Amino acid sequence: MDKVRVEARRIGLAYGATKVLRDVSLAVEPGEFFALLGPSGSGKSTLLRLIAGFNRQDAGELFIGDREVTGLEPWKRNVGMVFQNYALWPHMTVARNVAFGLEERHLPRDEIRRKVDAALELVGLTGYGERRPGQLSGGQQQRVALARTLAIEPQVLLLDEPLSNLDAKLRVQMRRELQRLHRRLGVTTIFVTHDQEEALTICDRIAVLDQGVIQQIGTPVELFDRPANRFVAQFVGSVNLFAGTLERAGSGMRLHSPLGETPWPTGVEAAPGPVEIGFRPHAVEFVAASDPSYLHLDGVVEGGEFLGEFVRYDVKVGAALVVADRPHLRGLAPIERGTRVRLSVAPHEISVISQ
Amino acid sequence: MTVAIALAIAAFLVAFLVVPVASVVYTAFASGDGGFTLSHVMAFFQISLMRESFWNSLYVAGASVVAASILAVPLAYFTVRFRFRGAALIQTLGVLPLIMPPFVGAVAMQLLFGRSGSVNLLLQEHAGFTIPFMQGLNGVIFVESVHYFPFILLNLVVALRNIDASMEESAQNLGAHGARLFRRIVFPLAMPGYVAGASLVFVKVFDDLGTPLVLGQTNMLAPQAYLRITSVGIEDPIGYVISVIMVVFSVCALWASARILKGRDYATLQRGGGGLHRRRLKPWQAVAAYAWIALVLLLVLAPHLGILMMSLSKVWSFSVLPEGFTLDHYATVFTQSPHMIGNTLLYCGIAATLDVAIGAAIAYIILRTRLPGREWLDFTASAALAIPGVVLAIGYLRAFKGLELPFADSAFTASWIALTLAYAVRRLPYALRSCMAALQQMHVSLEEAAENLGASKARSVRRVVIPLMMGGILAGFVTSFITAAVELSATIVLSSSASTAPMSYGIYLYMQSIAGRGPGAALGVIAVAIVGVGTYISYRLTDRSAEWTR
Repeated sequence: MDKVRVEARRIGLAYGATKVLRDVSLAVEPGEFFALLGPSGSGKSTLLRLIAGFNRQDAGELFIGDREVTGLEPWKRNVGMVFQNYALWPHMTVARNVAFGLEERHLPRDEIRRKVDAALELVGLTGYGERRPGQLSGGQQQRVALARTLAIEPQVLLLDEPLSNLDAKLRVQMRRELQRLHRRLGVTTIFVTHDQEEALTICDRIAVLDQGVIQQIGTPVELFDRPANRFVAQFVGSVNLFAGTLERAGSGMRLHSPLGETPWPTGVEAAPGPVEIGFRPHAVEFVAASDPSYLHLDGVVEGGEFLGEFVRYDVKVGAALVVADRPHLRGLAPIERGTRVRLSVAPHEISVISQ
Repeated sequence: MTVAIALAIAAFLVAFLVVPVASVVYTAFASGDGGFTLSHVMAFFQISLMRESFWNSLYVAGASVVAASILAVPLAYFTVRFRFRGAALIQTLGVLPLIMPPFVGAVAMQLLFGRSGSVNLLLQEHAGFTIPFMQGLNGVIFVESVHYFPFILLNLVVALRNIDASMEESAQNLGAHGARLFRRIVFPLAMPGYVAGASLVFVKVFDDLGTPLVLGQTNMLAPQAYLRITSVGIEDPIGYVISVIMVVFSVCALWASARILKGRDYATLQRGGGGLHRRRLKPWQAVAAYAWIALVLLLVLAPHLGILMMSLSKVWSFSVLPEGFTLDHYATVFTQSPHMIGNTLLYCGIAATLDVAIGAAIAYIILRTRLPGREWLDFTASAALAIPGVVLAIGYLRAFKGLELPFADSAFTASWIALTLAYAVRRLPYALRSCMAALQQMHVSLEEAAENLGASKARSVRRVVIPLMMGGILAGFVTSFITAAVELSATIVLSSSASTAPMSYGIYLYMQSIAGRGPGAALGVIAVAIVGVGTYISYRLTDRSAEWTR
């Protein structure tokens, strides 16, 4: 099957007075594994359902392949969707569930049987055909839902929070499995999730949504390293954010913020006036250096969480708390509460963020 | 497509529910020249018999609620609070009375509890006094409360069961226990269930025509409406005024209960931990509980056993038990009126089929489409619940007066078709609720998944929605069928000849004479058997569909 491109152009959708999607434009490339990432209520599921044909936008256009599909019935789209609650029909066996879409396409009986077997084998459920959905575990139901969708060989695969009903361990396992399936089938896949880790680990590109607006589209690395705004910086990974004012002082500049009054690192370009800076906890170094191109902060350790690979410290600097990660190696003693520390952040790790 | 179906249903409801009821209301307030007048209402209140009937109806309905509560509340509490075997027995108690219409058992109750009935004969002989169970209005209250208390029992048990253990635990954690815990937490949480049951009992009793007629208590509203229309004539406005009063009371009772229930459906909140904690009964408590259950069980079984004995007895009057047994009455029924059994199966079968078809369609339109005005379909169909059978039937007589059936040389209102349609309209709310519940339990994604896989709307309804709703649809069919089979109010008014009459009318006719009581009871036993089997089937069906959706 040819890989298709999915493109949304300036899509808007409102339920009454609530604007669920606002001017949403994005393009998913053929064969791409694409994530829609956002908190609940951000409109990500609505967008997915729009692609499946269960909603209709008020404004804008939606293309699947070369075709504008607005108004096309869901059953004519050949867009496979895996539902969050799996939506397996309890009155049919697993095999009947999987065969359903093929029967609707009036395939010959032996071909249906062959494809059902192939789909069940693909998800590792050979031999489960005669069971009822109610007799399967959550992970198995998930696989059946996937097999049912993949059996029709959809042009586009839509996954609506497919891992959210699984326990933590199974989630990681299914995540790998989805990635494996995607590599093998190469079908254009759109994945809705509110879990940034899920999106970062398996997707080629991610669109971050908030309040119906696309905040940023990019690869996981781009989103993490170059967040377009405050929301993205906070939603993708952890971040320290401080707003303040920048003033000239002699040859350099000084930052007035909840951190207190700090010399502005010479390695970071900025103009005087209001400013907001951000840096990731793991970018903070616990070294008493004094390179003027770095940001230096003096503070007191308030507490720490031991997370194995690193310890996440809360450091009180001025009136603010800075979150700082220190890699943990065997034998390294944790820093006691109340210890005075000097923190340094390299200039290329500091983002000056637009509001 | 959807629009066409919705319009067809709307047309049906308008023709066979709205127009007849509207014509009743119109007649009650129309002066001779077609203007508005309150003179009929004034005339109604000037007749002392009418005033008496009005107060009697209110008194009987209110007293029946009280009596039914006395029977039901302890039973409900036992079931959910204590761990004991009687609970299963109480479940049975909850269904048994509902399978026999009260008017069927009324005569048997007279023979058992009347002035010279079995119980009072025994009392007189051994204790020297009698209790006027069946004297005048007491009889109606007694029969109705024994018959309808399950409505309170079932609703209250569900409400109590839905109270999560955490509700009680958190109250205990905060220092409440015993009677205070019950009063402040358990009772308020269960209140909506009680109110729902009690208002239903009130409406059912207020509207019942068969029981007062069979017991000879005609100084109540429903019998008066029937008598005015059938004896004074279809033009007599008093009959219509009574009808309007009955509708107003039914609507008010249901509206009040809906208002109290509004925003208080706690069932869906906070599930997970199972119901209230169950305790073991202390020995004296167990004795008291079983004694109460035994007493209620005897009361509940009395009409059933009574009617069975009547149907088998040669002579039974002024004696504790019948003198001699015979199967002659069954023979009489099967030679004289086998067609009545057939009629019941035909009319109720058609009515119930209509009900589930319309009910399923409305449920789908309400829950799955955004058709403007769709809530009016639900509202109108459900409103039938508040229309007493006798009122709807009078409405048919009035609205379709002079309408001749094509190809048949008879008036529409005299034909079995009118009766069947009245059954269908009256029982539609049951089928509708059943279909709604079935569709509500089904997540919309089950249907969307079918569409996503290439099934058109119609195909996914046929292959996924209908099969999954089947349990609810069948349960709705059976409920509509069995409740229509024992309906008497509309039946009496709309039955014109014995040849087209259903069983319920046949029982009523037989019971009119002393000699007919035997065959009447035999026909009653057959009706109870049909309804009992139907109830069992519906119970199994609801059970099975619940299994699926778990």
